[in-house]
Amino acid sequence: MIQPTAHLADNLFAKDIEKKPTRDGFGTGTVAAGKKDKNVVVLCADLKESTRAEWFEKEFPDRFVEIGVAEQNLATVGSGMAAVGKVPFVASYAAFSPGRNYEQIRTTIALNQQHVIVCGMHAGVSVGPDGATHQMLEDIGLMRMLPGMTVLVPGDALEAHKAVVAAATHNGPVYIRFGRTASPVFSTEETPFEIGKAVLLWDHAKPRVAIMSTGTLSYQALLAAKALAAEGTEVSVLHVPTVKPLDTEAVLALAKRAGRIITVEEHQTMGGFGSAIAECVSEHYPVPVHRMGVQDLFGQSGDPDELMQHYGLSATHIVEAVRS
Amino acid sequence: MSRTDTELALLDTKAAAIRETILDMLVAAGSGHTAGPLGMADIFAAFYFDVLVHDPKNPEWEERDRLLLSNGHIVPVQYATMAHSGYFPVEECLTLRKFGSRLQGHPERDRLPGLETTSGPLGSGLSQASGMAYAFRMDGKKNRVYCLMSDGEQQEGNIWEAVMFAGKNRLSNLTAVMDRNNIQIDGMTEDVMPLESLAAKYEAFNWHVLEVNGHNISEFIDAVETAKAVYEKPTLIIAHTIPGKGVPEIEFDYKWHGKPPSKEEAKRFIQQLRSGAGRVPNEYA
Repeated sequence: MIQPTAHLADNLFAKDIEKKPTRDGFGTGTVAAGKKDKNVVVLCADLKESTRAEWFEKEFPDRFVEIGVAEQNLATVGSGMAAVGKVPFVASYAAFSPGRNYEQIRTTIALNQQHVIVCGMHAGVSVGPDGATHQMLEDIGLMRMLPGMTVLVPGDALEAHKAVVAAATHNGPVYIRFGRTASPVFSTEETPFEIGKAVLLWDHAKPRVAIMSTGTLSYQALLAAKALAAEGTEVSVLHVPTVKPLDTEAVLALAKRAGRIITVEEHQTMGGFGSAIAECVSEHYPVPVHRMGVQDLFGQSGDPDELMQHYGLSATHIVEAVRS
Repeated sequence: MSRTDTELALLDTKAAAIRETILDMLVAAGSGHTAGPLGMADIFAAFYFDVLVHDPKNPEWEERDRLLLSNGHIVPVQYATMAHSGYFPVEECLTLRKFGSRLQGHPERDRLPGLETTSGPLGSGLSQASGMAYAFRMDGKKNRVYCLMSDGEQQEGNIWEAVMFAGKNRLSNLTAVMDRNNIQIDGMTEDVMPLESLAAKYEAFNWHVLEVNGHNISEFIDAVETAKAVYEKPTLIIAHTIPGKGVPEIEFDYKWHGKPPSKEEAKRFIQQLRSGAGRVPNEYA
């Protein structure tokens, strides 16, 4: 059943549940963070409309920095601004940042220990028609391997807003992943969000399996949990918006109760969120882990829904995985 | 304002001491770069003993100028100069590249107070310096930002992204200094991947460009002072230097880019340094 402490939306399973892309949370979150701290600045690489950076620019024109189509410069100008006291959010598509500027992020932000918030937009195959070049599926892996890097993958636009506000006052470098396509806003203002904490969305005392998910697919996990409950199969759903540092306590506690885990992410299964869960349980409490995600493939053009079906990333696929 | 002969003579003495320390530390380390650090000793002496607004006893002082070394591999010259100017004991230079040392093979900001960034991978210092200069101007602060780069580094795409950004934003509080020594690991820059005409390229991106003899400290200081008076543009000082400067045996030899001298070689090199036998650089100025 729905976990009451998660304070999920009242109309959680209604057709008219509000839908917004998580990138909207970047727009509103940076404005909120900018009102709290005058040192917050937003840098963007010629994508201010689609990244929602222009929402910040409208509010704080003097604190918005247009970098042009230059992602290496995006990361390194951000590093320089952080070094003299600014709090830079650097925004582009994840395929280009951290895709293209990985070394600059590694050396001048991570190793250099600068508080820069790298914001990767249009992650995952749900980007849709743009195709594989723009559908970043390796960013969680790239970022979580960097020492000291915090990695956030919000589940909806509201949680993305909270993640952005929290990242502004967090110590050290942060990566936040955002999506292009509108997805259900399943959380509410009351839903807890804290960097480093997972949130139990659906629970049963003796679940047949634990579904652990990150990003917008947590909503698909909820749909799967509901469908399974209707046929008498009980599961638990742990939403994990902080991939690093992982909430090992919550992961292991649920692993012990369930004895079996399915991980769900819109990312390569190698090196991403599912790998992080598998690493954690194999070391501390080995249980079988089945990782759902993109299986060593690139994306392609299509409608977002069509693509999510094709790559096996829907509630139906999660239900099948639980049954098997 | 021009410096007096006495002031300039003192800077020459500092540069000579820095060169000896560089050779000592490279021998102790057993690896590292020789030619670049020796070639930049005069400019580092000019910065730390004259140009820079800084306080070696208070490296976090907010009003300080920022000096970024983009080509981190020549960091022995920065360590030696910092030690001689009082950031840490000169003896600590002998820990270069050793386990547990604050003096990493390539500079790391969080390990050694006084370093402004972490560098080694080429091409990203000018962007960071531009970000700093941009942020200082946003806040109406007067700190100046200096970025030292190599010539081979100009082959990096990231450099030109920064050149465009600083030119567009007219970052007149930013001065870049390019060590134009014509060598890189695989040979002469113009053979490996031609860079000229560097001055015309930077000017085309709205930079003010000055060219100096990088071993004429007086001329270099004058150029830095000129840059302060240039409004609406960042300035690039192309400093023509001789790799391995001060040790005639290795001057101009690209094979000395990335290796240290042996103990015997260093002994001989220091004798050559002390004899003042370095070639007259004016042919390159």
